[in-house]
Amino acid sequence: MAAKLPKPDELAAGIDFRPPKTGWMDTPVELKEGMFCWGAKEKNLKAVSFPNARDWSPKEKDWKLPENWQRIVLEGMADRLQKYRSFKLFMDICVRCGACADKCHFFIGSGDPKNMPVLRAELMRSIYRREFTKAGRIMGSIAGARELTLDVLKEWWYYFYQCTECRRCSVFCPYGIDTAEITMMGRELTNLLGLNIDWIAGPVANCYMKGNHLGLEPHTITSSVEFFLDDIETLTGIRIKPTFNRKGAEILFVTPSGDLFADPGTYTAMGYLMLFHELGLDYTWSTYASEGGNFGFFTSNEMAKRLNSKIYAEAKRLGVKWIIGGECGHMWRVLTQYMDTWNGPADFLEVPKSPITGTVFDNSKSTKMVHIAEFTADIIKHGKLKLDPARNDHLVVTYHDSCNTSRGMGLLEEPRHIIKSVCNNFHEMPDNTIREYTFCCGSGTGLNASENTELRMKGGYPRANAVKYVRDKHGVNMLANICAIDRATLTASMDYWVPGVKVTGVHELVGNALVMKGEKERTTDMRAEPLPGKEGNE
Amino acid sequence: MGSLNLDMGLRDILSEKKPAILKRWFDAIVDTYPANTAEFLKSQQDRFANPVGHAISQGIEEIFDELMAGVDPERVSPFLDNILRVRAVQDFKPAEAVSFIFLLKKAIREEMKNLNGQTLGELPELESGIDELALCAFNVYMKCREDLYTVKANELRNMTSRLLERANIIRPTGGLEPETKEAVIKVKRKEVTE
Ligand code: SF4
Ligand code: SF4
Repeated sequence: MAAKLPKPDELAAGIDFRPPKTGWMDTPVELKEGMFCWGAKEKNLKAVSFPNARDWSPKEKDWKLPENWQRIVLEGMADRLQKYRSFKLFMDICVRCGACADKCHFFIGSGDPKNMPVLRAELMRSIYRREFTKAGRIMGSIAGARELTLDVLKEWWYYFYQCTECRRCSVFCPYGIDTAEITMMGRELTNLLGLNIDWIAGPVANCYMKGNHLGLEPHTITSSVEFFLDDIETLTGIRIKPTFNRKGAEILFVTPSGDLFADPGTYTAMGYLMLFHELGLDYTWSTYASEGGNFGFFTSNEMAKRLNSKIYAEAKRLGVKWIIGGECGHMWRVLTQYMDTWNGPADFLEVPKSPITGTVFDNSKSTKMVHIAEFTADIIKHGKLKLDPARNDHLVVTYHDSCNTSRGMGLLEEPRHIIKSVCNNFHEMPDNTIREYTFCCGSGTGLNASENTELRMKGGYPRANAVKYVRDKHGVNMLANICAIDRATLTASMDYWVPGVKVTGVHELVGNALVMKGEKERTTDMRAEPLPGKEGNE
Repeated sequence: MGSLNLDMGLRDILSEKKPAILKRWFDAIVDTYPANTAEFLKSQQDRFANPVGHAISQGIEEIFDELMAGVDPERVSPFLDNILRVRAVQDFKPAEAVSFIFLLKKAIREEMKNLNGQTLGELPELESGIDELALCAFNVYMKCREDLYTVKANELRNMTSRLLERANIIRPTGGLEPETKEAVIKVKRKEVTE
């Protein structure tokens, strides 16, 4: 146990635990255990030629910064202010009205004022004012300006890695200021100094070299899928034969690698396999473009672009017509908001058209990539599947909108349409916690490490609190979502805050309800839990 | 444990003053947060927009009622849990995390300041009830911290569950042996740890 037990005299009733009343600029940053991730390792930064690679520890006083670190940061800032109009605008136009202040899950859960979006941004704006505006240069702190010191840098690092870039705050800002983008710039700048976190740098290096975050090689991927096929055969009596790296397939399927190895995502992957088999889809998996996620996005635009391009290179090599992407969150933010500028338009592919329903996905005209929730919702809407929702009757389901699919791309109705078609018991969480107002899982943007569990639990509290409400009110026992990070991190959050609620991908629910041609009578769901009415005869 | 041995006069006064005492107690707890945060915790009434404030205000009322009824650790623990589960992951040292219980003493004393000496004389009885609450609070706090460590361990296991499965089970060609299959099912149901 890390926490030290207090001595009796420490407990005397008269102790004053009230915090000192100082302004935020005069409250120096204190890096607290459980709130930050380990520093990026030299080898992982070197693998992708990131600058200033070295082993370093945030806990040490000396971060082994390059001599001229201030210059690097300020030049990096100048460069980005010129390149990204939004960044310049967001630095200039905030009127500090405070509408965003209490909307961040990290502020709500931690109570740390520097987690108010307006203050998080102010950490950087204060430097911007001092270095890039006349008023700030002359008037200093009166104009809200300050100097870029080592303490400021540490403060940046601490708080820009306490923001999940979820954009909830931006929904409430009358000017549309997106603090997530300020965090992105903050992370790019720390990245120039080799100050990334290893939980991000490791997966980036792996993905760059091996094609997925875990660094798994092709035979590991195929044999993991084989395992699923065994399980599906046990469940349904049907042996599915998917293909890998097949040239000339109509569709390339790319999903987060977590679906292949991490519970409960694995059951979602089984759902994909069953659905595609049942539809007779002409598709292939790739063991090279084997990662839907993009942790590069949490380091810099440039790195995100490099990793994203691998999916398209593989699509080209295999000669497919278009791409379906699995249940992932940030993959879709990358795709709908950035891919086209970086690597698009993907003119060598065709505009996605469902071979089952004939629906043309015009929204993906340029990127040629469709989210599986859009694909499946369309199939169900056209009545192309035989479904038995009663097979999910042991589940009382609610749905968590991932920040990226809801606020980042407006994918709100499709997953709900699917869930309501395959489950009989569905209850929404309260309105101010879903759809575009959704609360982050608390662990996005590569913050789903182990050493920062306290941070993650605090950030996950507003979401968990709403789940708890529907658990108590409606008996909800299953939290559905369409994001691989959610599947992993909400599981931890539920275990801590709302025991008894499990987490599932939407396609696991589809797999349960899907009546497949020639299947034997099912007695359990995919998790080997007996189906309602089939208890005791498994 | 029977109900708290208080004279009817004091009991009546306490129940009459309950809203005022709870308000003082709430404010004192919330003032352990930085000023901006305290303001937010006090003013935002929506329980989903302000879950911490809601947990505190609901929790202290339940705890206060328990105190009046006589502290039963089993009954009071879930109420303590609602508050301590939050404090166990916030930036509080263990002593700080449970200290909110002692702030109730202060709240009662301040609220009773203007009463005559007779009822005040019975406060030690009440205060030892609060000490009992504090002991329960410690156990609950420790349980929350333990849960946190269990969550971490389980998450690490889940993250690579299929790789572990592969490493642990030698798979004969042509599917799993029946006993192995059974073992896999048990792992899935989390009946065994690996
Ligand atoms: S983007 Fe999300 S995590 Fe970041 S400051 Fe805004 S609300 Fe908080
Ligand atoms: S809501 Fe917008 S303008 Fe108001 S403080 Fe927040 S970022 Fe600034």
